[in-house]
Amino acid sequence: MDQLLGFVKKEFTHIFRDPRTMVILFGIPIIQLMLFGYVITTEIKDARIAILDHSNDNVTREIKNKILSSGYFRLEANLIQENEIDPIFKKGDVKEVIVFEKGFAESLEREGKANIQVIADASDPNTAQMLFNYTNGIIQDYTKKKFAGFTIPVQIKSEVRMLYNENMVGAFMYVPGTMALILMLISAMMTSITIAREKEMGTMEILLVSPLKATHIILGKVAPYLLLSLIDAFVVVFLGNVVFGVPIRGSLFVLAFLVILYITMALSLGILISTVANSQQVALFISGFALMLPTILLSGFIFPIENMPVALQVLSNFMPPRWFIDALKQVMLKGNGFAYIWPNVLILSAMTLFFLGLSVKKFRLRLE
Amino acid sequence: MIKVSNLEKSYGEVKALKGISLEVEKGELFGLIGPDGAGKTTLMRILVTLLLPDSGSATMDGLNVVDDFRKIRKMVGYMPGRFSLYPDLTVEENLQFFATVFGGTIAANYHLIKDIYIQIEPFKNRPAGKLSGGMKQKLALSCALIHAPKVLILDEPTTGVDAVSRKEFWEMLNKLRHQGITILVSTPYMDEANLCDRVALIQNGTILSIDSPKNITKSFAKKLFGVKVETTAQRFECVGLLKELDGIDSVFSFGESIHITSNQKDINEVNVKEYLNNKGHQGILVEKIEASIEDVFMELMQNEAN
Amino acid sequence: MKQTSEYTGPIIRVKDLVKKFGSFTAVDHISFEVNKGEIFGFLGANGAGKTTAIRMLCGLLEPTSGALQVAGFDGYHQREAIKRNIGYMSQKFSLYEDLTVYENFRLYAGIYGIPRQERIRKTDELLKKLNLEESRNKLVAGLPLGWKQKLAFSLALFHQPAVVFLDEPSGGVDPLTRRTFWDLIYEVAHQGITIFVTTHYMDEAEYCNRVAIMSEGKIVALDTPIALKEQYKTDSMDGVFLKIARNKE
Repeated sequence: MDQLLGFVKKEFTHIFRDPRTMVILFGIPIIQLMLFGYVITTEIKDARIAILDHSNDNVTREIKNKILSSGYFRLEANLIQENEIDPIFKKGDVKEVIVFEKGFAESLEREGKANIQVIADASDPNTAQMLFNYTNGIIQDYTKKKFAGFTIPVQIKSEVRMLYNENMVGAFMYVPGTMALILMLISAMMTSITIAREKEMGTMEILLVSPLKATHIILGKVAPYLLLSLIDAFVVVFLGNVVFGVPIRGSLFVLAFLVILYITMALSLGILISTVANSQQVALFISGFALMLPTILLSGFIFPIENMPVALQVLSNFMPPRWFIDALKQVMLKGNGFAYIWPNVLILSAMTLFFLGLSVKKFRLRLE
Repeated sequence: MIKVSNLEKSYGEVKALKGISLEVEKGELFGLIGPDGAGKTTLMRILVTLLLPDSGSATMDGLNVVDDFRKIRKMVGYMPGRFSLYPDLTVEENLQFFATVFGGTIAANYHLIKDIYIQIEPFKNRPAGKLSGGMKQKLALSCALIHAPKVLILDEPTTGVDAVSRKEFWEMLNKLRHQGITILVSTPYMDEANLCDRVALIQNGTILSIDSPKNITKSFAKKLFGVKVETTAQRFECVGLLKELDGIDSVFSFGESIHITSNQKDINEVNVKEYLNNKGHQGILVEKIEASIEDVFMELMQNEAN
Repeated sequence: MKQTSEYTGPIIRVKDLVKKFGSFTAVDHISFEVNKGEIFGFLGANGAGKTTAIRMLCGLLEPTSGALQVAGFDGYHQREAIKRNIGYMSQKFSLYEDLTVYENFRLYAGIYGIPRQERIRKTDELLKKLNLEESRNKLVAGLPLGWKQKLAFSLALFHQPAVVFLDEPSGGVDPLTRRTFWDLIYEVAHQGITIFVTTHYMDEAEYCNRVAIMSEGKIVALDTPIALKEQYKTDSMDGVFLKIARNKE
């Protein structure tokens, strides 16, 4: 036990004495969160649209007002005929055209149903999807308020995708993703690098020749980073809540459990990497390519999994961050508990055990 | 204390050890003398249980290096070839760390390291990375000793260290030996062989000779002459001339003199001097000398090559 | 480049050379001259200031004060010219292990702007001289240490520098190879190229025409090995070195 404590103490000394490590540990999480929260948001502002209103009645005017006053859209042109749509897209200024059918208000009143056609420039599919969602959200909102007292269900168009993000704030999407990324960065990358550093410096030789057991070395390396990662997770959740207003609707206990589980998973991945990497460079390379990119690209963090080709969708199932981000969103945004996230917990636990087992098996007590 | 028999080890195509056998007695200061790539490091790494041999066996204090590796790790002190301490930890923190790793304290074995550590104690709050070469060496030795090992294995501790620090280092080893610690040390510096009780000359994964330095130099079978010249320029020319002289086996620069070896009866101090005089070199001094370890080593190397 | 062949004064001329890093004086008023074709040994304990001094001589560091001339070029304003007229070899970093022998030659020739015709001719000539013809297309990584050492030395000489700096060229090399290497050094010096060498092998110090010993940034002894041994009343350079170190304490 003393041996382990001595080891952990030594690790902390390394960390606190190296300004670069400190920056990575505490500077980068904050910077990253701010970057994703403010700069790389996918919020729409002043997107240019055109409107073709065949009906031009009270209801369509109200809807148009609502759309244009939302701040997300700016009216570029009022169209009169269908054949104007194509040219205006080709000019490239307009990203979306909203078409109201003839007799819109009438149809809505009589049948409780009316049609709006939303045409978006899908050469940028993400933006197109986003614009559509925004538009749709505004229309739904309008319908809900306007016809609140109606007995017949009134329907304009009903596909709503950002149900739990009514205000469509980008940060809601990015805080869980950033957390997955940062915890992966600190836990996996830092542990693999610090073990590789010992190999590079030759100190690993001495540690191996000492009576230290593999578990001592692994635990000694992991414990400090587990603690520091937890602090980081807390910082991210706190900043997300205070600065971006991301809610924490679920129980803090469930949240903490989920975070610790994910960190443990990432740490065991880090150890696994260090068993193959003999230099810091290799460790950085592997953790950069094998962990960071999939975390960013394949976890649903930035690109919706539903929009991926089937092959990548299948692949994304093997990405631990995918399950973490999903569970995190459920807990933070929906307030779900274990009853809902147990599949994620199960999958993450299985992955953790797999990585841990593999790295304990691969961790060599000799040089070869 | 250390017993190695028929040890072999290959890295892919390269045979690092080609069947090595040696024994080191308890309390002996044993030197492995040989150039880079001779197999010294491989042998030491097998002994400290970092590598597995391909065939052959090795034991330390009766413990097998393969099966009893955990027990061996408790009783051996090891200093790898490179400086292997934490440069960002201070002198004291390094020592403290290695003491706890072995489950002990600095105080428990302070008597062992006192003589060495006292020299670097004034710098105990300095990061190890900022120490001079000689001081790093002393700290590394202190760290290897702090758990009172029965056997010390030191891989080229004096390489790249200046002559003064080297001398001090050997003095420390000598003291440790008197405290009953068995020491196996490797070095590429031939002159350091004389500081060991016994040495093994090692080259290309084979042992050329094992004995006390005295016996090894005595074993030199040929006649050996030292030729002294007056200037450096003269030396260069004389080396060339001597190489052309019949009956001379080898001509090598050796510090301030030139060493020549011969098996021929008719080669002696007088006619070698005459030969050089006739070629226009004056002030030449030729004398019959005793071989040094380096002479023997080169002779054995040449035999091996033939 | 022409200037070198015409230049007949001392190849290295150092007067009151000082290099400070902040408040730390690494090189403290050293003065010496090295002549054409001389083998000059530069010794000292680790941290005595050797490396800093050599870096200034190679044009890699600007001196803090004092005069410095190498091959007739000024150590402050003509550092690029100095670099073009010196060769440098350390055991570790002079060769690209993942290139073949020939590719290493081509690379060096390219760096120093040697014309193609001359490069081919000289490469063939050197490979022949070093008995490396068969290995010309082999990767350097696979060569024995002694061959690498010779190869690195030849590369350092490829552009016909006025002076070659050898930074511990024979560490860890076996005694036979070490001697063949010194034979090569003598041969080169004989051709009029100045050799500036550092070593931890004291017997190698005996092979130098003159030896300077540095301690704490200063040159504490400078003479021929024979004169130094007389001065310190000892029979080997090892003794000289130890006595100087003891005097310091």
